[in-house]
Amino acid sequence: MPRIFDYGELEEKDYLNLGFKSGLEIHQQLRTEKKLFCRCPAGEYYEDYDAEVLRHMRPTLSELGEYDGTALMEFKTRKEIIYRLNKRNVCTYEMDDTPPFELNPEALEIALEVTLLLNCNLVGELHIARKQYLDGSIPAGFQRTTILGTDGWIPYKDRRIGIRQLGLEEDACREVSDHGHRRVYKTDRLSIPLIETVTYPDMRAPWEVAEVAELLRELARSTGKVRTGIGRARQDVNVSVEGGTRVEIKGVHRIPYIPRLTHFEALRQANLLELRSELHKRGITKEALQSNVSEVTDLLKNTAFLPIRSALERKWRVMAVCLTGFRGLLSFPLQPHRDFASEISDRVRVIACLDELPNIVHSEMMDNPLTATEWRKVSSALEAKKDDSIVVVWGDVRDSETAVGEVIIRAREAALGIPNETRQAFPSGVNGFERILPGPDRMYPDTDMPPVALPDELIEQAKGRLPPTPWERRAYYRKIGLPAKIVEDLMSARRAPLFRRAVETLRIDPTLAAVTLSQTLKSLERKGFPVDRLGDKAIFEVLRRSSDGEFAREAISDILKLMSIEGMRPEEAIARLGLVRLTDEGLREIVQIVVGLERNLDPQDPGKKWRYLMGVLMSELRGRVSGKRVAEFLSEAMGIALIGPDRAKERET
Amino acid sequence: MSDIYKGYRGEALGLLKSQGVRVWSDAEVTTTRGQFTGIILPRSETADDRHIVLKLRNGYNVGITVSTVTEIKEIGYKEAHYKIPEKEFPYDPRKPRVKLLGTGGTIASRLDYRTGAVIPAFTPGELYGSVPELADICNLETEKLYGVFSENMGPEQWIGTARAIGREIERGVQGIVIGHGTDTMHHTAAILSFMVQNSPVPIVMVGSQRSSDRPSSDAALNLINATKTAAESDIAEVMVCMFGPTSDQYDLLHRGTRVRKMHSSYRSTFRTIGDIPIAMVSREKIIPLRDDYKRRRNDRNVIINTSFEEKVSIVYYYPNMKPDIIESLIDNGYKGIVIAGTGLGHVNKPLYPALRRAHEKGIAMYMTVQTLWGYVQMFVYDTGRDIMELGVVPGANMLPEVAYVKLGWALGQTSDLTKVKEIMLTPVAGEITEREPHNGYLIYQGGIPEVERFVSSYWK
Repeated sequence: MPRIFDYGELEEKDYLNLGFKSGLEIHQQLRTEKKLFCRCPAGEYYEDYDAEVLRHMRPTLSELGEYDGTALMEFKTRKEIIYRLNKRNVCTYEMDDTPPFELNPEALEIALEVTLLLNCNLVGELHIARKQYLDGSIPAGFQRTTILGTDGWIPYKDRRIGIRQLGLEEDACREVSDHGHRRVYKTDRLSIPLIETVTYPDMRAPWEVAEVAELLRELARSTGKVRTGIGRARQDVNVSVEGGTRVEIKGVHRIPYIPRLTHFEALRQANLLELRSELHKRGITKEALQSNVSEVTDLLKNTAFLPIRSALERKWRVMAVCLTGFRGLLSFPLQPHRDFASEISDRVRVIACLDELPNIVHSEMMDNPLTATEWRKVSSALEAKKDDSIVVVWGDVRDSETAVGEVIIRAREAALGIPNETRQAFPSGVNGFERILPGPDRMYPDTDMPPVALPDELIEQAKGRLPPTPWERRAYYRKIGLPAKIVEDLMSARRAPLFRRAVETLRIDPTLAAVTLSQTLKSLERKGFPVDRLGDKAIFEVLRRSSDGEFAREAISDILKLMSIEGMRPEEAIARLGLVRLTDEGLREIVQIVVGLERNLDPQDPGKKWRYLMGVLMSELRGRVSGKRVAEFLSEAMGIALIGPDRAKERET
Repeated sequence: MSDIYKGYRGEALGLLKSQGVRVWSDAEVTTTRGQFTGIILPRSETADDRHIVLKLRNGYNVGITVSTVTEIKEIGYKEAHYKIPEKEFPYDPRKPRVKLLGTGGTIASRLDYRTGAVIPAFTPGELYGSVPELADICNLETEKLYGVFSENMGPEQWIGTARAIGREIERGVQGIVIGHGTDTMHHTAAILSFMVQNSPVPIVMVGSQRSSDRPSSDAALNLINATKTAAESDIAEVMVCMFGPTSDQYDLLHRGTRVRKMHSSYRSTFRTIGDIPIAMVSREKIIPLRDDYKRRRNDRNVIINTSFEEKVSIVYYYPNMKPDIIESLIDNGYKGIVIAGTGLGHVNKPLYPALRRAHEKGIAMYMTVQTLWGYVQMFVYDTGRDIMELGVVPGANMLPEVAYVKLGWALGQTSDLTKVKEIMLTPVAGEITEREPHNGYLIYQGGIPEVERFVSSYWK
């Protein structure tokens, strides 16, 4: 029975039973001035372009005389690849017309920091490798990549998540469009330095994958040297279940998407395994699958189905494939709203480049677009029996032939189980075929570049720059006694490094320090005040003076506001705001005067009058004295007891 | 006998020996920076002796610093066997016979992912596996003459190649393709244009600017187009076939005596200088751009003349050049000097006495232009007239490298300077042209609005 459950309906034990295993590959752009192997400026994206180049990609044979599966697939697609060049951030290196320049040392230092934070074993020498990609996303047909460390770990819950490796590599082009046999790319992103963090498949449930992704993101960001923003970090997620194979879902831009995606992929695999059992029960194996093919262009020449009608107008061929014994299996559900036939359609779309959907029809469709008569004609042309299923495809001579081939290939793979694939994520959480998963063998040394030594001095310098890890920080904040929400605010605060020093050297309320460094600054920034112009020293000075009692905590925001707009030093801002320290004597006097003046005025109800007078006093005294003390003195002057911070009642005399 | 420590020396070699491991050992390496497991690969000869190379299970190679290693344990052994399975190149009696002569450069290759080695694919079967399109064009035979980087090509290889060409023509091939490194492809193309004359069939030189192991390489398309030219075209000349634009669109067929490599790395580096190419060739068709080329014939006659005098030099003039440079050529017994002069063919006055002395010693001297485009014209300025008086002969619009190989070839045939001059100034294969067309010099400057408009409207 195929399993279709929504995310949230399964529990941890269900995933354990499935044998759910998941790993992450996170690509994170580094904040460097220049690109990784050339001196172009890194980081900016552009929409305009100055020139275009056309290339094709050809696979290289391995020594076994075989093409890598992905390579063969891409070659079958016969795509024309167009690259759009903007001279502001692209040079002849990106066009693959100039050999690489020296590895960017700034990128190497940042990558080294992250490698150390991940507790990896460091290599002695970086060897640059070429990893082949034939989809055209890199003009050279390969990405230059290297690893700095292996076999690291990060703490997670009560265990460790293993880090397989930390790599440094070039980012690829951004796709503009992909229609038919032409794919267009922009080259602005090409060669921006990336670190790639690869975990072991140690995550056991969908939410764990997202949580670990968050942890790794935090870790990278803690260096302060990675790029933030949409698309600057991308997650690839690997999922497998018991009896299955590793499938990769590529390019997940947002971590919250991850649980649903891994959940549906795990179920898709489980369902494919069910499909395989069913096929085996029917005696259908990869070798034993029978199929036959017939051209049915003439038979369907009067069809009302629009996609085939327009194919006929274009003088395309219509082909029918009979899959022996497959009855009922084309509509076998694999994911919500996606059955086995959708896998076939994906292959036809990606490999035969027939991307106007729908691109297939089959005999098991619910609201079948072909008539019963039409199916009878097709069926008899194929000599199909009632246990068989039929798939119809259409395209020009070459593409339709490729499509027919792919239908049969995918059907055969169903009898094997779960094909090794790269999948693309859809917003609803389901996924579709993107390409055959590349083999591990598509990497070989880049002889254009010498090895780069990683000497002890470089490592020691990097160690000296390391920020505390997220887990160290959280543990420390909790030990200090900060409430959970404030811990999280502080975790993402830019000025968080000041917190520890403040708490250790000043007599300041830790919560006040934490809130100031996180919420207060963030709120001011959101309102448009340029607080990031303020130096760390200046902000720390404000905390110091606050801890000395120079002004009340309510004044901090105003002081920072003034400092950021006017560029003032703390003492100047404090003076400008008139925050002269008020003694208890002074305060008592002011309160008594105010109470005296207002004695005979409305409101007369003591509670209401108290609140009214608090308002009057605070509007004058805010920042110079804490609200708490004003409340105390006011209550004293009015002769009433304080119950709670702002309620009063008649004091029993 | 295989070298079990291939490439390792000094400290690194000492480590391998002391730990009892070797190249291709599958090893567990314990270091102060952690443990690594992988296959010990050979070390490159130009790399230092302080690291050993491991291929990890994830496919990446890493270097391990010898001084951090505490122990290496061999857990297996994986010798590399470069077996290259043969596919048969299909034979079709209706297709023309083409011979591919290899001198160097990898026009096609295979990857041994296990070790990262790039293995040249050169036999017809190997080429068929890499570039199956060739079987649609011709019946291909291959022969490896040499395997050198093209900067190491010289008279010995030129002569050998010319003789091989002569042999093949006599055997009745319908076209010849020569695989060659790109750095000196134009030198070889020029000398072959002199050593092989009156060929009845096309002789097409081809290479690649990007190594053929790359998916984006220009190798396959260059090879397909060169083979198509050799098999089908009616252009019976020595030509260079390389990318026109840097996009994968078409190759250009350049006359061997007027072509030059003009950029250190661009795919579109080869250009015809001072004229237009002979033709454009793509997978679908060959489009001649002119009609003054020698046509294909059915006979098997060809004139092979492999004379070559090695003692010839090119001198690239520069301001403040001292006469002792010329003096040393004289004192070292040089028989010919080709000068690449400035402007219309000029050098400075201090060189004059040395040039006079060279002439008196019977050294043949010819002037060409550093600017590459344009004719030598030494009547216009005093300087030129003076230099001619000294015995330097204007070389019309021969490219400096072409004049150099031609002078070597001429001096190989006679030492009579009058006869040499006749040979030098009588065009054999377009090395001197009577007229420079207006579109023989088209170097457009980037940044100018109309140029940018043009460049952005076509694929580069």
